[in-house]
Amino acid sequence: MSTTAATTTLTTGAIPDIAPVTEHPKGATWIDDLRAARVVWKREILRFRRNRIRIITSLAQPILFLFVLGTGLGTVIKTPGNFKFTTFMFPGVIAMTILFTAIFSAVSIVWDREFGFLREMLVAPVRRGAIMIGKCAGGATVATMQGIIMLVLAGLVHVPYSPVLLVELVALMILTATMLTAFGLFLAARIQEIESFQVVMQLFVLPVFFLAGAVFPIARLPTWLGTLTRFDPLAYAVDPMRRSVFQAVHAPPAVRRQLSPGLSWGHWHLPVWFELGIVVLVSASLLGAAIWQFTRPE
Amino acid sequence: MAVVDAEASVEVRDLQKRYGDLEAVRGVTFDVAPGETFGFLGPNGAGKSTTISMLCTLITPTGGQARVAGSDVARDPLGVRRRIGLVFQDPTLDEYLTAYENLRFHAELYRMPKEKVPERIQTVIEMVGLWHRRDDLVRTFSGGMKRRLEIARGLLHSPRVLFLDEPTVGLDPQTRTNIWEYIQALRDRERITIFLTTHYMDEAEYCDRIAIIDNGEIVTLDTPNALKAAIGKDRISMRTDDDDKAKAELAERFDLEATVSSEGLIFQVAGGEEFVPNLFAQIDVPIQAVSIARPTLDDVFMSHTGRTIRDAEASTSERLMNNPMVRARRGR
Repeated sequence: MSTTAATTTLTTGAIPDIAPVTEHPKGATWIDDLRAARVVWKREILRFRRNRIRIITSLAQPILFLFVLGTGLGTVIKTPGNFKFTTFMFPGVIAMTILFTAIFSAVSIVWDREFGFLREMLVAPVRRGAIMIGKCAGGATVATMQGIIMLVLAGLVHVPYSPVLLVELVALMILTATMLTAFGLFLAARIQEIESFQVVMQLFVLPVFFLAGAVFPIARLPTWLGTLTRFDPLAYAVDPMRRSVFQAVHAPPAVRRQLSPGLSWGHWHLPVWFELGIVVLVSASLLGAAIWQFTRPE
Repeated sequence: MAVVDAEASVEVRDLQKRYGDLEAVRGVTFDVAPGETFGFLGPNGAGKSTTISMLCTLITPTGGQARVAGSDVARDPLGVRRRIGLVFQDPTLDEYLTAYENLRFHAELYRMPKEKVPERIQTVIEMVGLWHRRDDLVRTFSGGMKRRLEIARGLLHSPRVLFLDEPTVGLDPQTRTNIWEYIQALRDRERITIFLTTHYMDEAEYCDRIAIIDNGEIVTLDTPNALKAAIGKDRISMRTDDDDKAKAELAERFDLEATVSSEGLIFQVAGGEEFVPNLFAQIDVPIQAVSIARPTLDDVFMSHTGRTIRDAEASTSERLMNNPMVRARRGR
């Protein structure tokens, strides 16, 4: 930076009089909160679009799971009528993409803290809840977009590009992404330094992934493991996605019994609406808890 | 508007903050007039940042009151936040956004009227000489440019009070001078109250009034000139073969109280130039070097606290490091 340039700026051009900030008679209104949430959301999208490498690398892992692990497991798992195991894995791998993208987006709030930008948001004259909602919407949007990119691969695993299926899957992705971003924000509220991110991945994210039935069917597991999977909220998001896919590929009843029997509590087979209800409820609770953690005064 | 101007911009009464056993701020009281540049001076850990954080509603006071730009910090924090601008000592920019995008983000968060945003962004960004870099990512900026952008952002929503927490810390001397040029231009052109903290004595000279804070208390408050005039003495520092013995002799023969510091033996005396020949004649300890200095704000600090600001910093950081509460908070 040159001193001359600086001095010239100082001596030329008068600064216009300051227009006073338009003030609201009372505190923040919900429209103001909405505006704050929207700009926080926009920032997430802007940063996502700008980071092409992140988009590509976060697709690499699911593709590896789907085509390498999926094909490999397919050679040892007997399915009636040679049903492709990769078709079974497809919804699970979409959930996986969303899981990792959503958690990564949410935990970026720890990076924001580390590099100071969180402070810029927290000192603004808006309620902190609005910032968290914006952050959650941003993370969920980014994760859904990654999931949509994965949908392109449907043809390679014999899943048809049927409009009904695509609409169903995108809607389910939005719900899943919201829940997982809220989960990430809830975890992030407790993380004070970047180093703890690894711990979060190992202790929370991987268990959530493995117990969700994304890579293997969870219908005929031993009781202890089956019970554990029922406590994994992601399981209630993966199951509807898988049901949609199996519907679309017209899987024979024998295949459905083995690979997509649906979730049950004891003898009760959960209907899809109930599973989605759980997802919505868990999302709201986690987001509420995350907001509460971030709004506690110091 | 006249009524608002008549009121103090910042009004602080017996403000306190305590973390467990540590009293970070022990009841400070002062007023800052509209349009004033007010400096908060003291060593690291003296309570400057804690006070500024309370005034900006970032932390809740444990006692006392403060009104900033007409609103109580405890009762109407959002009202305070709308009318203040903040520049922290650590950067708070999004490095993956451009300069312009950072300002746009700020404008939305502070709910500026949409139609005024582009013009106002241009005004502040030109003021800090960064208009030609507006579409570059902030990560490509130098430390000084980032600080200037932060100052521009702090002004964007036309605050009535601008808080600058150590605005030049970590910058090289040339950039520091530069930042001060901007701050002074700002004071001349925008009718704005500036509240700043610094631990650079030379920067305190730019302020209309200064409060010196040490161990969580204000030890003195006045204009830089009045503070220096009140001392009226020259500062003598000297190196001797035996500082402790020299200190005893100074006390005995001249009735002077000297301090042993990292710079050697320091004491204050009226008419330093006439005093030095006397000193050589009457003191037994061999003297290696003597220097005389006109009073500076550093001397003001020393005369009120008995320490130089550097020594105060060393001991404060020791005190803070031994406090588990502060250690824990540092980790954040």
